[in-house]
Amino acid sequence: MKILQLSNVSKTYGTDSHSVTVLKKINLEIKKGDFIALMGPSGSGKSTLMHIAGCLDVPTSGKVIFENKDVSKLSEGELAQIRNKKIGFVFQSFNLIPRTTALDNVQLPLIYAGVDIEERQERSKKALELLGLKERITHFPNQLSGGEQQRTAIARALVNKPSIILADEPTGNLDSKTGKEIIKVFKKLNRDGNTIVLVTHDEKIAQIAKKIIKIYDGEIV
Amino acid sequence: MMEKLFETLKLAFITLKANRMRSLLTMLGVIIGVTSVILLISIGSGLKVYITSQLESIGSNILYIMPGEFDPGGEGGGIQGAGMAASRLTIAQGKQLKQRSTSIKRVMAYTENSATVSYKGKSKITQAAGVSYEYPDIRDEYPEIGNFFTLSQQEAAKKVVILGKSVAEKLFDESDPVGKKVTISENRFTVLGVLGPQGSIGSVDTDNQIFIPVTTALSTFDMENIHGFWLQANDQDSIEQAKIEAEKIMLRTLDDDDFSVIDTESLLSVVSQILGALTVALSGIAAISLIVGGIGIMNIMLVSITERTKEIGLRKALGATPKIILTQFLIESIVLSVGGGLTGITIGVLGTLLINQFFPAVITFWSILLAFFVSVMIGVIFGVVPAGKAAKLNPIQALRYE
Repeated sequence: MKILQLSNVSKTYGTDSHSVTVLKKINLEIKKGDFIALMGPSGSGKSTLMHIAGCLDVPTSGKVIFENKDVSKLSEGELAQIRNKKIGFVFQSFNLIPRTTALDNVQLPLIYAGVDIEERQERSKKALELLGLKERITHFPNQLSGGEQQRTAIARALVNKPSIILADEPTGNLDSKTGKEIIKVFKKLNRDGNTIVLVTHDEKIAQIAKKIIKIYDGEIV
Repeated sequence: MMEKLFETLKLAFITLKANRMRSLLTMLGVIIGVTSVILLISIGSGLKVYITSQLESIGSNILYIMPGEFDPGGEGGGIQGAGMAASRLTIAQGKQLKQRSTSIKRVMAYTENSATVSYKGKSKITQAAGVSYEYPDIRDEYPEIGNFFTLSQQEAAKKVVILGKSVAEKLFDESDPVGKKVTISENRFTVLGVLGPQGSIGSVDTDNQIFIPVTTALSTFDMENIHGFWLQANDQDSIEQAKIEAEKIMLRTLDDDDFSVIDTESLLSVVSQILGALTVALSGIAAISLIVGGIGIMNIMLVSITERTKEIGLRKALGATPKIILTQFLIESIVLSVGGGLTGITIGVLGTLLINQFFPAVITFWSILLAFFVSVMIGVIFGVVPAGKAAKLNPIQALRYE
């Protein structure tokens, strides 16, 4: 089953005279159950590609079909709803909200989805348990280790049962041992049937994925 | 919907609590503004209630004649001129008023001077009122000790005096002042009696008065003209006729811009007009601090949004629509301004209760309602620009912000 299909996707920044084309006619297909590592040096356009795949941005030209729906011309509000229901983000710097507990952080996507409080708490607790954070539910981000913070962020990405999880350098801020643990988590999630796209520049990490896509100078090579 | 609003409110409280000092300082502008608006309105209303009750206690069958023009609600704007013009009123005119009218029961000419009254080395600065022997009947106030002066004493311009309660207490302590000689403006006066206590207007002592015959007052203070007349109509129904008659009689000796005949009602309307204008003007000045407070809120919201750019980016990535972000920050600024407003209302109400110990002040329901409404509006008006800025942030750029 196709989840995401990019056809002839280009992205250009700036005005006509000073424009920079970051992506050049990219074609990409992501199927359910895929585990893809997206590799490339900085400036290659892999971040932009991830933003477009994650519905954070729209292409200058080309089509983005997300679960049979063309999302390339949607408004910001409509894109936000797709991100909320279909996409789970994991960031390099965890991006947890410091003033709220692990549970409240994980709940956030469910609040925006309008899920009622009881179901929200139950699902969030389950997601935290799944990631081995049962004892950390009421902790604040600054009371958690780096690995625990990233696992909280993964729980947050999972909690609304997204069609695809996009992880942007998820081990970039972690030591190698903790990084390995996190990669194991992704592997397990993929085994459980989750679709994962991992952006990385680490060859070893990329090897864990089922498929590696290399991007260079705005093109898939 | 309600639940979402509750979530947003909770979030706003958590955020503002995390920056407790900053939130408090931001609220301070609104607190000061609301407190001063409430206090000023309370004092204005208190004064109005007090003066109204004083004037009403005088009775509705009373008319006044004042020198100059008096034009309540007219283009000149109220009492401008009245009382300030040089008086051309005389005791003789008072006699005419009594003789030629059918609806006027009593006429009292009066003067008002400040004077020092002393007895055996003790002295007090007081208000010396020149009145007629009918004063007790018109005001319904009779001496507690001794008697008021008589018509014959008045006509002979005898140097006799009736003391107000606090003057008597100051000069004579517990001893009986009747028959004693006091000195007023280098003249010796015989004390005839002491008036009972009148109470006080806040901190103003209404018992600090002395009463002497108006004839005596003219010679003592070296004046030719009196300061005005009190007229008492036969009854309440004849007040209109009394006014017409009084005007007609006065015109025999004076021009129509030399005097004005005023009833209690028009005096009341002028008083409330002046107090109303004063309250509005002073509250308006106080309201400027509300605008300053609003700008403070806007400033802090802009800072807060810049600080939380990354958080806003994350919230957007997780599915917050621009509308949700707008609501979140708008509610935060409304919580700040309404928090300030409610604190200001509380301080204003407590302050009013405190002031009321010394000065008439009344809490009005509409001033509280107004203050609350204004503080909500400040939150909206000064919050909408920062919140709009947050809502418009590009999620990718916001996420990258360090």
